[in-house]
Amino acid sequence: MSIELIWAIILCFAIFAYVVLDGFDLGIGINYPFISSKWERDIAMNTVAPIWDGNETWLILGGGGLFAAFPLAYSVVLPALYVPLTAMLIGLILRGVAFEFRWKDKSKTQIWDKAFIIGSITATFFQGVALGAFLQGIPIEGRSFNGDWWHWLTPFSIFTGIALIFGYGLLGSTWLIYKTENKTKRHMQFLGKRFFILTLVMILIVSLWTPYLHPEYFHKWFSYPRILYVLPVPLLVLIATVFCFRALIKNYDFQPFLWSIVLFLLSFIGLMISIYPNIVPPGLDIWQAAAPKKSLQFLLIGVLIFIPIIIAYTSFTYWVFRGKTKPNESYH
Amino acid sequence: MHMFEAIDLARFQFAFVVSFHIIFPAFTIGLASYLAVLEALWLWKKDDRYLKLFNYWLKIFAIAFGMGVVSGIVMSYQFGTNWSVFSDKTGPVLGPLMGYEVLSAFFLEAGFLGIMLFGMNKVGKKLHFFATLMVAFGTFFSAFWILSVNSWMHTPAGFSINDVGQFVPENWIEIIFNPSFPYRLTHMLMAAYLTTAFVVGAVGAWHLLKNNKNLCARTMLSMAMWMAAVVAPLQLIAGDMHGLNTLEYQPAKIAAIEGHYETKKGAPLILFGIPDDEAMEINSIVEIPKLGSMILKHDFDAEIKGLKDFPADEIPPAEIIFWSFRIMVGIGMAMIALGLWSLFLRWKDKFYSTKLFHIVCMIMGPAGFIAVIAGWITTEVGRQPFTVYGMLKTIDSVSPIDAPAVATSLLVFIVTYFLVFGAGTYYIFKQFSINPDIDKDQTKKVGSLGVSLKLFDKA
Repeated sequence: MSIELIWAIILCFAIFAYVVLDGFDLGIGINYPFISSKWERDIAMNTVAPIWDGNETWLILGGGGLFAAFPLAYSVVLPALYVPLTAMLIGLILRGVAFEFRWKDKSKTQIWDKAFIIGSITATFFQGVALGAFLQGIPIEGRSFNGDWWHWLTPFSIFTGIALIFGYGLLGSTWLIYKTENKTKRHMQFLGKRFFILTLVMILIVSLWTPYLHPEYFHKWFSYPRILYVLPVPLLVLIATVFCFRALIKNYDFQPFLWSIVLFLLSFIGLMISIYPNIVPPGLDIWQAAAPKKSLQFLLIGVLIFIPIIIAYTSFTYWVFRGKTKPNESYH
Repeated sequence: MHMFEAIDLARFQFAFVVSFHIIFPAFTIGLASYLAVLEALWLWKKDDRYLKLFNYWLKIFAIAFGMGVVSGIVMSYQFGTNWSVFSDKTGPVLGPLMGYEVLSAFFLEAGFLGIMLFGMNKVGKKLHFFATLMVAFGTFFSAFWILSVNSWMHTPAGFSINDVGQFVPENWIEIIFNPSFPYRLTHMLMAAYLTTAFVVGAVGAWHLLKNNKNLCARTMLSMAMWMAAVVAPLQLIAGDMHGLNTLEYQPAKIAAIEGHYETKKGAPLILFGIPDDEAMEINSIVEIPKLGSMILKHDFDAEIKGLKDFPADEIPPAEIIFWSFRIMVGIGMAMIALGLWSLFLRWKDKFYSTKLFHIVCMIMGPAGFIAVIAGWITTEVGRQPFTVYGMLKTIDSVSPIDAPAVATSLLVFIVTYFLVFGAGTYYIFKQFSINPDIDKDQTKKVGSLGVSLKLFDKA
């Protein structure tokens, strides 16, 4: 396996880690409008207060890793997604500061809760838009993005933006099922089922829409014998759907969250199948965009040393804050 | 009407978001270390005053750190969105350094911050102290890598250029420890410590003005002023060495800082003047003859090259950095003076009773931030018209984005930053106004650790 491919896999890992980890964080903001009591909102916020910052760091690793390993892809994709990424950043600012600010002034809690909701939904929507715009393809001329600043805006990208809101909503509600109890938990079970159904519909539509974006995508999914290799993905989605549905119906504690992650993983793998061997569809492949070997090797050493350590202490933090989040578990 | 071009807007946007951002790390680098010291003192001396101070500053740290994180994420995307050609060309060299920053610093800070803020009752004192230390180390590693990146842009080393115009790494040690890096790192770390010290000192002084007997406030002011008395003079030395290094690698920047348009033997030290980049001359000068040559070359008659003798399209604007440099140095001198004054007052045993001193300490509270921003303006504007000094021009670094897009994003950033960080600053000040020596009755009763730990739960 070439070092370029190893780097593509590392980036996929970082992006997927981000999507799942910040997905349930952002998902809490998406569920927030349906949680009306202050008491429940406090608990929901406190389930992620000690960990959200670490979760968001994977986004920086995704961006930084792309800059280091595939500078050409970084310098083409970011200008192409200028508007959605800027909007995402603004969203992340609004909801990031809300974690602290909402405790600082009792009369302003409502305002920062609104900032938390708007920020979470904005960030999620524009991440989804960015994904859709990316899948559609980014025109390149020489070594630069060649399009105008509204190139990202299409029905498909808007649709993927909405789809991600439902998807993160599912991760958020199932996380809260896992981390809360009693009335709050029952409330989240109700929401979880709704987000589950909406997410499924979205996965189905995006899966059917994507092959028609590009003949190449169609070829990857429906040409023989390729169809035999890729068929396990939709089949596994079907199985995960059944298990997730069952876990939600039976009111399991942890399983709804777990199966939601599996659904995300399978969707993610589906995306990778569509895109590979490109790093920027439709025409820039992993090897064309890669940094020189010396750059890839140098940072790979760091990844091999640090990622296991990071996973170890991140797990430790999750373990410290394991179990149901109790009211008033806050230093404020 | 003059229309701004995309590049001007992109430059202004970068300057705006980075200036806002640097305020938070400049404060949290020092504050993380201060918190580690406070917790260590608490564990060592078993004096609850230190725990109270720790809790007090922890809340402020949480707000400032949160704002640092969100404004920092913006930075990590700015390179790509607005400076894509720069990113494509420098990515192979700078990307891995930033990658190491994420891996060794950001995760460490973020991973242990949760335990630091919420974990005291869950993990116990020792492990909690370990978490505080990790956060402090994280801030240091972050400074290490990002200053290496920045220094490389000033003094690029250890690279070659490939056939598509990218900088390609040849020697990582030369890249990381590029010529200006050790000076810049030392200078910035000391600046961060001083910035924090003056904030802590100002808050201590404020509470002493309200109540002269406040023990926590006394400790704050005392610790802060020891830091000022020791580090401010050292910072002068570090700054001087940094300047000499700049003279060697970026002589045009020094010429602009000094206001030297003409090449002169035995150049004066210009204390004040009004530089005019258009006419390439400086007016209304107040100067000390020959001292410029002495400071820069340690020889009264040495020749100092003036801006006129550099290629006209390779010199930075003296009109900006002549001033920003003087603001920075002026504040540095005031810090040294305040440090000396504090030593004198300690000697006379009037440290806690001299109101004027406390008032001056309060006024000097934001001095570190102003000096840090003035210093960064000096070094970054002084690097112009290049992004990678001598190698890549700013005008050749920018993304192919339409001006309206950049204008819109700039406007949105300005509005959001003022609202959000304005609110954050307000909450920090609200926290400052709380008496650090909270709950005096409890102080008397607190003998056992158990009771004092409950302070963590206070809403």
